[in-house]
Amino acid sequence: AGPDPLITEVQDWASSFGDGVDVTPYGLPIQFEQDVVRRNVEWLTADTISSINFTPIHALDGTITPQGCAFERHHSGAIEMRKEDYRLMINGLVDQELVFTYEDLERFPRENHVYFCECAANTGMEWAGAQLNGAQFTHGMIHNMEYTGVSLRTLLEEVGVKPEGKWIYVEGADASSNGRSIPMEKALDDVLVAFKANGEALRKEHGYPVRLVVPGWEGNMWIKWLRRIEVKDAPVESREETSKYTDNLANGIARKWTWVMDAKSIITSPSPQAPIKHGTGPLVITGLAWSGNGAITGVDVSVDGGKNWIEARLAAPGQDKAMTRFYLDHNWDGTEMFLQARAKDATGYVQPTKTQLRDVRGLNSIYHNNCIQTWWVKESGEAENVEVS
Amino acid sequence: ETYGLGRPALPEEVAAWDLDVSPDGTGLPAGSGSVLDGEDIFAEQCAVCHGDFAEGVGNWPKLAGGAGTLDHEDPLKTVGSYWPYLSTTWDYVNRSMPFGNAQSLEPDEVYAIVAYILYSNDLVDEDFVLNKDNFLEVEMPNAGGFILDDRAEAEYVNFNDACMTNCKDSVEITMRALVLDVTPEETAAKSGTAAEDQVTEADAEQPVQEPVVETVALDPELVAKGAKAFKKCKACHQVGEGAKNRTGPILNGIIGATAGQVDGFKYSKPMMAAAESGLVWNEQELAAFLAKPKKYMKGTKMSFSGLKKEKDIAAILAYLQSVSQ
Repeated sequence: AGPDPLITEVQDWASSFGDGVDVTPYGLPIQFEQDVVRRNVEWLTADTISSINFTPIHALDGTITPQGCAFERHHSGAIEMRKEDYRLMINGLVDQELVFTYEDLERFPRENHVYFCECAANTGMEWAGAQLNGAQFTHGMIHNMEYTGVSLRTLLEEVGVKPEGKWIYVEGADASSNGRSIPMEKALDDVLVAFKANGEALRKEHGYPVRLVVPGWEGNMWIKWLRRIEVKDAPVESREETSKYTDNLANGIARKWTWVMDAKSIITSPSPQAPIKHGTGPLVITGLAWSGNGAITGVDVSVDGGKNWIEARLAAPGQDKAMTRFYLDHNWDGTEMFLQARAKDATGYVQPTKTQLRDVRGLNSIYHNNCIQTWWVKESGEAENVEVS
Repeated sequence: ETYGLGRPALPEEVAAWDLDVSPDGTGLPAGSGSVLDGEDIFAEQCAVCHGDFAEGVGNWPKLAGGAGTLDHEDPLKTVGSYWPYLSTTWDYVNRSMPFGNAQSLEPDEVYAIVAYILYSNDLVDEDFVLNKDNFLEVEMPNAGGFILDDRAEAEYVNFNDACMTNCKDSVEITMRALVLDVTPEETAAKSGTAAEDQVTEADAEQPVQEPVVETVALDPELVAKGAKAFKKCKACHQVGEGAKNRTGPILNGIIGATAGQVDGFKYSKPMMAAAESGLVWNEQELAAFLAKPKKYMKGTKMSFSGLKKEKDIAAILAYLQSVSQ
């Protein structure tokens, strides 16, 4: 090959001007990254107003999810509320029922924490078999952000919880209200009333101006547009915690109160939407791991469908209930691979196979599918979502 | 130690927001509703998505049926077959339904709708009247169908083997996503083709049909208000580029259009009859329809109760005008 004209010829960008500092007061990704966007699956729901879209995890790296491509789940659409119109009521079994404004919340001592938020239905469409061809669709109901807010414990201490207050019921200001019951122990542990994510205000679609952050627990409990917290002696058994977000077992009995998101991992690249284009030689195999039960302690990667495993390199030590990025620096010989990742967390839990889960739960569980995923990487470098024996 | 922030919640404020209803009936307001009343209200408020008999329309939830399916493949989880507490149905209908018009029902209407849902699940007779006092007497078939999360015992104790070498003999593909082929294609590519197809079809079928609609100068503020008010309609209607027929037809160019003309939408018989006799959706007709759909056209499929405020009607008309221009 001859000399590269990109080097030998003076390019336009090397001689003329680029944009001035007044062109984009709020910056957006450059046009060449237009495909790194949330996507939805049209057949999944009756209407996009009560639906979900998926984070493009196949195209991201690191651990922090930019807000603009962090998945959305609404039950009655993303509402628009001004901070000035925001009210948070805490009522029920408390010494003093109080109403807080947004400004009030800003005056309580503040905390910062990074947590993942995963929809209980993430990977749910894969229960019965390999179905959607892309990490974004199989595992994209997740994001991981740094939240700023007030500890819920602080607010509950402000109103004074009565001894008979064993649960809280939390609801949003949108038309769905999406109420959920949370046991007091968790409420007083690590739940946050958050108003910033990744340093800036929450996006409308994530509950601006205030949402609940329930670390390690299913995303449906992270009430957006949080408007009311009621201290109660028993759970409400709302629609979202009975008819939905309960896990049907093979015998027809369903598990309820399955709040924790168990340890899980996914190889984000290579994957069906991120094929290998460079041929043989050095290949970065990378992905994400997380656990609602604590920190990720290790991730194993298999290139032969689970016969043999290699310990991957964690980009940073695992953090409690937050995403961990892993890498396996591989020398690809061009033969087909069955790529799998397997997460391990601080409790000693090892991410199960789909067969292990099905043996316990059957095929109708929908929620909490944290099985090991297989990508079949073909000699061409293209990848497909498959199940293997 | 407290910070002294916030202010006391007033009783009427707590009453306005503390609406949840618990399994023991706590939170239920006084009132009652019969299956018979429920049938009418359901037809008007709920049937557009959930079907006349709570059987569900398209992808919208089925509220009735499914008894005995929970241990089958693809169990049908409805109020009758799955929901353990009746309070959940009352609470959800009261606070979150109808979709796109939540918190618009009176307690008696909610009682009636819940009574009708029970009736469609064969759980009560047709002369049943539900009220606060007999609420707990209704037996929910699947009340005993739930256990608490037992993953610690059933799963965690066994999910701890991190075998590293020679963990299995063979690896065979047992299922492939590409065989099913349900993954969305790239949106850009897809909408590109769809748009082209539409243009070709339109060109072929209706060569000249353009300048009938004169461009009216619209008040941008009114249009903005209309966009907001249109949220009520969005549960069923799409408008603008890429709009598709949903529960209701797309509304592009609706103002000034002949009734019942959207391709691929199945209109009610009365709507087709009105179309044949030349109904045109000018602002006057549309305003009358939107104010009281069922009164304007008996038998219309549009199960929307109507826009009470004339301001909203004017705003929505302006909005529909604006998106069509």
